[in-house]
Amino acid sequence: MTGASADEMSAHQIAAAVRAGERSAVEVLDGYLQAIEAREGEIHAFNLVTADAAREAAAAVDAAVAAGDEVGPLAGVPIALKDNLCTRGLPTTCSSKILDGWKPPYDATVVTRLAAAGAVAVGKTNLDEFAMGSSTENSAFGPTRNPHDPTRVPGGSSGGSAAAVAAGFAPLSLGSDTGGSIRQPASLCGVVGVKPTYGAVSRYGLIAFASSLDQIGPFARTVSDAALLLEVIGGHDPADSTSIPEPVGDLVGAVGGGVAGLRVGVVRELMVEGIAPDVAARVNAAADALAAAGATVDEVSVPACVYGLSAYYLIAPAEASSNLARYDGVRYGMRVDADNVAAMNEATRTAGFGDEVKRRIMLGTFALSAGYYDAYYGKALKVRTLILRDMAAAYDDFDVLLSPTAPTTAFELGAKADDPMSMYLSDVCTIPSNLAGHPAMSVPFGAGDDGLPIGVQIMAPALGETTMFRVAGALEAAAGGEG
Amino acid sequence: MSDATTVSPEKAEANPGLGHPADAEWETVIGLEVHAELHTETKLFCGAPNRFGGEPNTSIDPVSLGLPGTLPVLNRKAVELAIRVGLALNCTVQPSTFARKNYFYPDMPKDFQISQYEDPINIDGWLELPDGRRVGIERAHIEEDTGKSTHVGGGGRLHGSGYSLVDYNRAGVPLIEIVGRPDLRNADDARAYVSELRAVLVAIGASDGKMEEGSMRVDCNVSVRPMGEERLGTRCEIKNVNSLRSLARAIEYESQRQIDLLASGVPISQETRHWNEDDGRTHTLRSKEEATDYRYFPEPDLVTLAPSAEWIEEIRAALPVLPAQRRHALAEAAGIAPTEAALLVEREQDEFALAAIAAGASPDGVVKHLENNLADGVGEMSAETFAALSAMETSGELSATQAKTVLAELVASGGDPKSVAAAHGFEAMDTSELEGILDGIIAENAEEWERFCTGDEGDQKKMQGFFTGQIMRATKGQADGKVVAQLLGRRRSG
Repeated sequence: MTGASADEMSAHQIAAAVRAGERSAVEVLDGYLQAIEAREGEIHAFNLVTADAAREAAAAVDAAVAAGDEVGPLAGVPIALKDNLCTRGLPTTCSSKILDGWKPPYDATVVTRLAAAGAVAVGKTNLDEFAMGSSTENSAFGPTRNPHDPTRVPGGSSGGSAAAVAAGFAPLSLGSDTGGSIRQPASLCGVVGVKPTYGAVSRYGLIAFASSLDQIGPFARTVSDAALLLEVIGGHDPADSTSIPEPVGDLVGAVGGGVAGLRVGVVRELMVEGIAPDVAARVNAAADALAAAGATVDEVSVPACVYGLSAYYLIAPAEASSNLARYDGVRYGMRVDADNVAAMNEATRTAGFGDEVKRRIMLGTFALSAGYYDAYYGKALKVRTLILRDMAAAYDDFDVLLSPTAPTTAFELGAKADDPMSMYLSDVCTIPSNLAGHPAMSVPFGAGDDGLPIGVQIMAPALGETTMFRVAGALEAAAGGEG
Repeated sequence: MSDATTVSPEKAEANPGLGHPADAEWETVIGLEVHAELHTETKLFCGAPNRFGGEPNTSIDPVSLGLPGTLPVLNRKAVELAIRVGLALNCTVQPSTFARKNYFYPDMPKDFQISQYEDPINIDGWLELPDGRRVGIERAHIEEDTGKSTHVGGGGRLHGSGYSLVDYNRAGVPLIEIVGRPDLRNADDARAYVSELRAVLVAIGASDGKMEEGSMRVDCNVSVRPMGEERLGTRCEIKNVNSLRSLARAIEYESQRQIDLLASGVPISQETRHWNEDDGRTHTLRSKEEATDYRYFPEPDLVTLAPSAEWIEEIRAALPVLPAQRRHALAEAAGIAPTEAALLVEREQDEFALAAIAAGASPDGVVKHLENNLADGVGEMSAETFAALSAMETSGELSATQAKTVLAELVASGGDPKSVAAAHGFEAMDTSELEGILDGIIAENAEEWERFCTGDEGDQKKMQGFFTGQIMRATKGQADGKVVAQLLGRRRSG
């Protein structure tokens, strides 16, 4: 269904085999490049495939193994990078025309850490322009398609990264999650997607959408692979002032830890309005599976959750309006010439940004304007505080919270493209964790009535990753057990 | 319809000399905002060097260029210097936050400036002027500088230029913005405030205070109101005045402009103005209506800055003695008046003065010589040597003129006053010798002597000068002026 992957080995298995000299990194890479060759034309997961650079990197790993040198925990493991992560000397586009021709002179911290861990970057994946969207249809380079059904969207904004893993183009990928941009496409593409605690992964080199919400996180086929990738990219980075000093912990070890004694709360407010019955049914099935595995499961109310969407669509555009101000045609990227600076700025931004980006810049500019700040942005910040308070109260009684990841399975291309509000509702379940800065992940748990994948969201308090991965491991096992 | 007595703003501006002599009816209120570059090795949020000049776009890195994906990391040294400024200005140092000030400008890499807005690092302080008055400090906060545009062609102005070049060397340089309260009343006050502030910033090593290099820049808010009125008038802000002289001229012009308008019944419109050195006027830059909406909001890429109490105390303990404290020391040790003390401190002569006084020199003598004869410093001379010379002068062993000659030599090449005086053949002239010389002069100038003894006040004064001059000439300047004055006085009344 997901397309014939050249290699069904997990990232763990690939790295172990490469380290042991049982398989060469180049050989592993070639298998994945063949899969890309076979199906990328249909899926369009990538903005750029870097086959030559990947071969060099893989050959270097093989040489290191041959020389008996230390190779990292991801030795020879191919990985796809969302195209809003800076890669030195390689185009980084955010799927926007406005960055046309720009090549960052530096690597994002996560990219540096991946290279140090022996991972082999295969390319830059498609996204909704500047990570704004829930379907990857807002890309200046055309939409990505869902590998499970190419008439449908992969979700977004990290749709390219989710599709790359789902299609077998790479065992791992990285995305960024501002309001659900990793978890929602993971759910729609049937893969594991993780948004870590805010500050657990350095944002240095991630092109900002909404700085107080953005987090980089992994996509993987398995929970254990996602844990391994998060261990590699996580940890303190002095280049990011919001980076937290605590290490991410032993996440791989946590995966098999079981859920005996854990308290799981199913969030009532995220199980009702707009949630498709088959999706709600799968969340209930997941709750039952956890109970069967030894957890205590109950319903919990997190009342402020229902305001999350509204608060998010003020805070994120406000920050975006500021973060995207620098694309003015003065220093890099695209420029449309005009008679004076102001006219040049306007012409450049008019031609360079797509509709959704413009919509959010306008929204954000308005929300921050003198006279409206208190009514909009200021109030949204208060809602954010309320959500934190309500979630903290829920975590007094529960170790993790459970909800759908997305309200529905993958929808058809174009179905919501002209209806921003209905598109925004795609993130109703994922947004609260971003506002709170808490970790959350989506784990595939069966399929809907249409046969398309459904993900269940596990939420945990700040730095609760190890507990979250225990629950994810148990869910994955239960899903597998269901056959 | 038109009111003949109303002067349009344009017309009033076109006639700056119009003037209203009754300015005593108006009070000018001035509040200054001073930006000073903090003297750090690297920029505020990255490792690019903080240095003046250099080839354009060489002191840069991805963060200072605001390239996509880069993040700010706060410079600890800049924070330390900012705290030093706060403590030197008697401010409260508090936990602070950063905000984004959003506006488009080609020389601003991110198109927003990271500044402090709601919670600045330093609040509620004061600066003491040399005359002892205190000017309130509302806040002193940290922010980053912008780059610099050069407009090529069109006489260096944006309008009419063929193209513009942008240099980001200065972008991201740490600034402290010191916002003074509107406690100043005239151009002299403003000059005194800025000079004193600069002296403090230099003394604590926070900034080099070079206005001509732009490392210290002044914006002034000027308003006028009827004398006795409590409420503040509508203010105009004059941007980026870059010398003390321009500051004084701009304030004088602007306050007169506002008085002229108000006196003619034209209300002041709140606006930002620009001082033009060439025509000696301020000009509208932008009005309140077109004022930028900065859309401030908390900077999400930085965390709260909360310096520990220990660190603040450590910084306080390491502060040098500040100009005001040095002036106080002169006043307390020797009763030296504020303006004289200010001059000695400004010339870095206060330590020498205190040492000389401690070694026995008379405070008056010290002040007189330092102010008049030692403007360029004290050279080779020790405070003890100076005190010895001062004693010789006080005792009459040396005349004022002789003392000055000896002093010059001591400054240039050292030595001890007695041998220098002896080498010049300076000896105290005794009074009987002077009496004889005076007898001769009186005999030759009987008519003048008559006028000195019996003339009106003006005559007496003139003749006093005449006879003093004659005696000095006869003694080749060796006579002590004080002794001559006493002698003349005694002879007249006798």
